[in-house]
Order: sequence, then structure tokens, then C-alpha cells
Amino acid sequence: MNEMESKPITARHHEVGLTDEQAIDMYRVMLLARKFDERVLLLQRAGKINFHVSGIGQETAQVAAGFALDRQNDYYLPYYRDYGLVLSVGMTVRELMLSVFAKAEDPNSGGRQMPGHFGSKRLRIVTGSSPVTTQVPHAVGIALAAKMKKQPIVSLVTFGEGSSNQGDFHEGCNFAGVHKLPVIIMCENNQYAISVPAHKQLGGRIVDRAAGYGFPGFRVDGNDPLEVYRVVKEARERAISGDGPTLIEAMMYRLSPHSTSDNDLAYRTKEEVEENRAKDGIPKYKQYLIEAGIWSDEQEEQFLVEVRGMLDDATTYADKAPFPTPESSLLHVYDGDAEGSR
Amino acid sequence: MPVMEYIDALRLAMKEELERDENVFVLGEDVGLKGGVFTTTKGLQQQFGEHRVLDTPLSESAIAGVAIGAAMVGMRPIAEMQYSDFMFPAANQIISEAAKIRYRSNNDWNCPIVIRAPIGGGIFGGLYHSQCPESVFFGTPGLKIVAPFTPYDAKGLLKAAVRDPDPVLFFENKKCYTLITGDVPETDYVVEIGKANVLREGSDITVISYSLPLHFAMEAAAELQEEEGISAHILDLRTLQPLDKEAIVEAVRRTGKVMIVHEDNKTGGIGAEVAAIIGEELLYELDAPIMRVCGPDVPAMPINPPGEKFFMLNKQKVKEAMRQLALY
Repeated sequence: MNEMESKPITARHHEVGLTDEQAIDMYRVMLLARKFDERVLLLQRAGKINFHVSGIGQETAQVAAGFALDRQNDYYLPYYRDYGLVLSVGMTVRELMLSVFAKAEDPNSGGRQMPGHFGSKRLRIVTGSSPVTTQVPHAVGIALAAKMKKQPIVSLVTFGEGSSNQGDFHEGCNFAGVHKLPVIIMCENNQYAISVPAHKQLGGRIVDRAAGYGFPGFRVDGNDPLEVYRVVKEARERAISGDGPTLIEAMMYRLSPHSTSDNDLAYRTKEEVEENRAKDGIPKYKQYLIEAGIWSDEQEEQFLVEVRGMLDDATTYADKAPFPTPESSLLHVYDGDAEGSR
Repeated sequence: MPVMEYIDALRLAMKEELERDENVFVLGEDVGLKGGVFTTTKGLQQQFGEHRVLDTPLSESAIAGVAIGAAMVGMRPIAEMQYSDFMFPAANQIISEAAKIRYRSNNDWNCPIVIRAPIGGGIFGGLYHSQCPESVFFGTPGLKIVAPFTPYDAKGLLKAAVRDPDPVLFFENKKCYTLITGDVPETDYVVEIGKANVLREGSDITVISYSLPLHFAMEAAAELQEEEGISAHILDLRTLQPLDKEAIVEAVRRTGKVMIVHEDNKTGGIGAEVAAIIGEELLYELDAPIMRVCGPDVPAMPINPPGEKFFMLNKQKVKEAMRQLALY
């Protein structure tokens, strides 16, 4: 490609197999995730909603991973900061906002679960819980089913580095390794498990554990979406060709406090946060797209207006949407228990 | 109709379900070539292949969790816990995940898994190969819990469990495996989950139980009838969750005197809930205080023979309690 020869630095997205449109789409979803997150933080501070767990600082890796899969067929097992991931798979900000407001129409849980507990069978986003890392064996089970049924699909499971210390991480990885299952296990290493820094959680490197399970592991800069995209895409190719699982440790930094109930400056300094804010992947990727000649400040302005409109609409819609009826709390414990009750 | 052992009925149920539905598969420790430590799955891997009768690593949480993941995308896994005592590492997967998947997703997802686990003592298994953990899971909405006593029910309930759209804990009694034999049709049938069964009609006292202790109660009832003319009505709960309230009430009404028997320890056991139902529904129809005959409230049974015998129920203990109730 001539274009690549003339612009060797700015054609990285072509090298990893992304079209210009896809590269821009990825950026749009990251920015949407960031703006959604910021809006929900504002809503919480304004007292409109009770609680929010932020994913700010992790969107680049989340969205790149989402885009690297087959978004029509693969399965996603996100964790509670993965707004970027679920948006990349097709969840809308209106749907997310319905969850934030705990409204009946929320497709994730019908207003039953905390925000960030994603789930949508239509989008193959698998319902999750709060005890961390339980989703790793589930992803392995889905990969086992795919292998049994000879379906060319993979499951992607994400979690934080704190979660990687749970038994379910180990048990799931080992099971996947034994049976060479098509699962991509991606740790979003954001450096903190609430207040505990990585060096007090981990004696070694998460990525190195892959060797013990008998499959490859890759550590990648989570602020570099093109690199994350490449690594996840290659992992998917290995999985589909029967070469089994891949462990990916994406390095990033949780720029927000753990949740709206957390004061992060009790355990880390403003300077540390600012130092990491300078490494934020979103503005860096924007710069890349501008240098590649496929994005501009004007387009950004226009998109931000669009995003504001979407978020306003989503917020108003979710705010006005009805809560579930109290009696509906009794439904869906078992199959068929809703029959005869409305 | 062939007469078979309880364990053969379980194996037949799995074989038939594996033949019927290609989504059904069995997974667990040693379930493959060896056929399980009790031979419950013997021959199944040879018939259905390694992919449908899967030996797993020693990882109970993964066995449950992988089964849950597969079930969520349409498979029908039968996960074996080698002993119910080893289920606790999987308890988070069972209680936080399987039980809540339908509810937390507002009916979007469901989790049709079966978790088979052998319960009960009397095999010199000591603390960790003898427990009855049903009360740990009982009272967790979203789970169904069954515990068959007859070979007929073992087959029919296991087949029903495999076809159930919700998670079912299937507590089979390891002492029953070869001790209990009975008629088992080779035809395809299921026993409905949630229905108790009257094992013996009677008019003086009612015994409500499940699993192995029914063996003692049935023998005791026969002797008490013959020796002392005491007529016992015996109800097999079969399903522990949801309990068959109607059948419990009806069985108690038959005699007005009721005794609940289980090997699991007394405090917080299934019997406590059954007694509460009776208290709520028909306190004034009782002619005697509700009696419970259960394992003692110790952590688990000792391996030394006198200790194990002391913990376990047997015909004599149950018979004496039944006599006391009849005489009240």
C-alpha cells in the first residue's frame, strides 16, 4: 500500500487490520464510554442516582478488545468497569442509563442489579455478579460448549488484577489450558484493588502465570488501543484454529476512585493520579487519528455534540422511565413463575 | 420390570439422557475411564466418548463454574462432585451464580445445570466423606434440591433434573447405592420435581423423611405393625426444595402425630422447616408435639466405629422414636 509507505508511523491501524472507518469507530466508542462515565459521576454527585463504579482510564483497552472479536457471534464476560467493552458490542447509552437508574426497562437486570453488572443475551454479554472472577470459569464453559459443538467462536473474559488472585481465575485458566479451549482471558491491570496497590497484591507478574497453564501470555500497554487490538485479534485467531486460550495482561491505570463511595486520596497522591492522567490512551489515540489524517478537531466537536445529545436523551429517558413494580421482585426465581401474574 | 440397584438406576438415567439429547454431558473428577469412584458413571465414557463424559482437574469451583457457563449457552451439563463434602469450594458458584442467574438477569439468562453429589455416612468415611450438606444450600431460592430414596425415583428424578430449566442439586445417598434395590422401568419416564410420595399408608403416626433414613423407617414400620399393631404413614419428601407443602399437610392430617427424620444434623435442617410448615398450617390438629430424629449437632461424624454408629441413624433408633410417638 502506497499510503503506508508514505506514512509509516500513522498507518499502524492498517497494519493491524483496521480500516479507517473502524479505527475511527473505535475512537468514537471510547469517547462515548468516557463521556458516559463522566455524566454518571455528575448524576451521582447531583444526587440523582445512588452509586457509580467508574471505568475511566480503561476504555482504550476495553474497546479495542471488543472490536478485535466477532461482535456478531463471540461471547463477552465483562467485569464491572467495562462500559467501553459493552458499548463496543452494541449496548446503548440509553440501556446503560436505564441500569444506572435501576429502571424496569434496563436490559441488564430489569433494575435489579447494581450498575456495571452487565448482561444481554441478545448481545451475548453474559450476566455477571459482584463476587469477583466467578465469570472466568463461565467463559471457559462457554468455550467448552463451542468446542463440543464445533462452533468457530470464542469467549472473552475480563477482570481486574485484584481479581486475578481468586481461585476461580486459577481454576478456570487451568481447565481451559487442559482442554485447549477457545477463550481469551484478559486482565485489566489498573494497579489498584480498591485501595491496595498492585505491589501488595502480586508477588510476580500476572502474565507469567500463563506458562503454568500451558498457554501463551502477553503483556500489553492498555493505553495503546492498536496494540491491544492486535494482541486480542491474534489470540482470537489462535483460539479459532484450535490452539487454545491466551492470557492477556493489559496495563493501565484506574484514574477514578474505586467507586463513588471511595476517597482515593486516602491511599494515593494527586501527583500519582496526574502523572497517569498524562498517559491516558484516549487523547493519545485522538492525536494518532489526527496525524493519520482521518480525524479532526472539527469532527471531534461535532461528535461531542452528538454524544451530549445521546447522553441527554438517555438521562431524561431513564430518569422518567418507571421503576419495576414492587411485586415484580417476586418473579423469575424459577422458570414459569411469572405465568398468571400479569 | 427389571429390579436394579439405586446406583444402576442413576447410571441408566444418565445413559438415557446422553442418548436422548446431544447437549447433555457429564463432567467431574474420575468420571471418565474409571467411571467414578463409586462406578456411578462406569461405561459412559466408553459409550459416549471423552468429550461427553469429561474427566476434569481437581477443581470443584471450575467443575461447577464451567458447567454453568456451558449451560448458559444451551448445554445440559451433569456435574459430579465426588463427595458432597467437597462441594464447598464450589458453593460460591452454586449460590452466587447458578441460583441467581435467572433472577439477576430478569429472566434473560437461565442456568440448567445438574450437580450430583453423594451424601451420607456409614461407610467409615470420617468427617469429610460422610456429610449431608443439604441444609447449607436449602433456603437458597433459585436452586432446586432433590434427594431420592428409591431406585425408581433416582432414575426419574435425575432425568427430570437434566431436563429442568433451572439448577438442580441432586443429592444421591452413597449408602443407598447398593443397599437399596427396586423396580426400575427401562422406559423413558420422569418423576416430577416438587412432589413428595407416600411410601406407606398408615393411621397412627406419620413419618416424614428423605434419602437413606427411609430405609430404617420402612423396616421399623413393618416391625411395629407386626409386633405392636402400630400403623405408620410414611412420606418420602423426594424434593427438598421446593418442599411439597400439600403433601406434608395431608400426611400429617392422616394421623395427627408426626416425626421428621434425617441424617443431616438437627439444628437448621430440613426438618426445622417442615416442622415450621406444620406449625403454621395445622398446629391445632396435632395430637402430639412434633418430633425430630436427626444427626447430632456436631461438625461431622467421626471415623471410629462406635463414634460413627453413635452419629448414624439406624432401624433401632428410628423404631424406638416411632414407638414413643405412637404411645404419646
